[in-house]
Amino acid sequence: MAHIPDGILAAPVLIGGAAIAAAGIGLALRRLDDRAILRTALLSAAFFAGSLISVPMGPSSVHLLLSGLMGIMLGSGAFVAVLVGLVLQVVLFGFGGLTTLGVNTVNIALPGVIAGMVLGPPIRRAVRPGQRAALAALAGGGSVLATGGMVALCLWLSSSDYMPIARVMLATYLPLALAEAAITATVIGFLARVEPEALAPEVR
Amino acid sequence: MIARLVPGDLRLRLIAAFVLVACLSQLSHLPVAGAALAVLAVASLGRVPLRRLRHVEGFVLLLFVMLPFTLPGTPLLTLGPLEMSREGLARAALLACKVLASALVLLAFLGAVEPARLGAALHALRLPEPLVRIFALTPRYLALIRDEIRRLREAMRARGFRPGTNRHSWRSYGNLIGMVILRALDRARRVDEAMRCRGFTGRFPHAALPRPGLRDWRGVVLTAGLGVVLVLADRG
Repeated sequence: MAHIPDGILAAPVLIGGAAIAAAGIGLALRRLDDRAILRTALLSAAFFAGSLISVPMGPSSVHLLLSGLMGIMLGSGAFVAVLVGLVLQVVLFGFGGLTTLGVNTVNIALPGVIAGMVLGPPIRRAVRPGQRAALAALAGGGSVLATGGMVALCLWLSSSDYMPIARVMLATYLPLALAEAAITATVIGFLARVEPEALAPEVR
Repeated sequence: MIARLVPGDLRLRLIAAFVLVACLSQLSHLPVAGAALAVLAVASLGRVPLRRLRHVEGFVLLLFVMLPFTLPGTPLLTLGPLEMSREGLARAALLACKVLASALVLLAFLGAVEPARLGAALHALRLPEPLVRIFALTPRYLALIRDEIRRLREAMRARGFRPGTNRHSWRSYGNLIGMVILRALDRARRVDEAMRCRGFTGRFPHAALPRPGLRDWRGVVLTAGLGVVLVLADRG
């Protein structure tokens, strides 16, 4: 859904995306100790496996991004989780892109990391389940919409000819955002009931 | 034929695929991009599962369909209020050639990579150690987690779950993903303990990869050469 393939974007956009992705991954790696590396690896596998589930949406179906959830549970580690997922997608299924790895990583991970930074603390503090669900839905749905906006921005920066298409494309993100918001709220609610410490990006 | 181009050594294969795709993605003339696609398609005939090319992202399809109608230029055909332009059609064809050619390269070069070998190759390419460790661990446990999901979904179906566009389905999928995350976290703890018991010191003992042979280097040179020739033809 949010994966831009090779052959569409202009070189400056590709290079800029790769530079931001490298910075994000560098930041994430500095904070990882041995146990956090294992947690990040296993969660990356779980998020990637979760995104392979096709969720019915009207006559079609969508695949979740789970980026809001990654931001809340992994913090900046979401950059690593998204990169690993994108690489595995190329290797296992042969789709995605090589030159667009950086751009795609940033488009998916950055909104999640920001959602985790802003909404993570109030979600962990929330006492009422309703309030927690609302914040989690905002993190999940908001991240997806932001990703759509960033994909549109990448297209527009590459060539202004793409602009009318970018606008139509944004509308296609609305159903995904809806499903993502509902499912993120449930996952966060489930984890908060069963194992609240799982929601913190730090390993204690 | 493409088997001659693809280096057997995974490190060199990654580099060769990246160079060729990077060159392909910057082509700006339809005849060159079309020729590149034709060469790659003929070379990989019977070697690449073409079925896999059918997967096209929704917005890419949108791009192909809308570009001919949104780009102003010489009108070619009028459909009610819509006007198809020659320039737009050429642009859409150029993008389609580039996207398809790149996808062919990905399939031919990286379609048969065992994910378990990625860690060692990325280690040899000097990626940061923590990142390499994650690349080595994630595919190892991905298979287990996908099996877990399959079992959980079977259990849901056995209890009469019928997926649809409604809150009940979303809540069920949310609980499924939550359960999978919980088990992954448990597994991370167990694996951590097991690794400590076996004296893990913070570094994976990656087996040294054999030196790339003449065939591998020839593949890289041919692939990169193809890329450079294409870019030069495009510029000239």
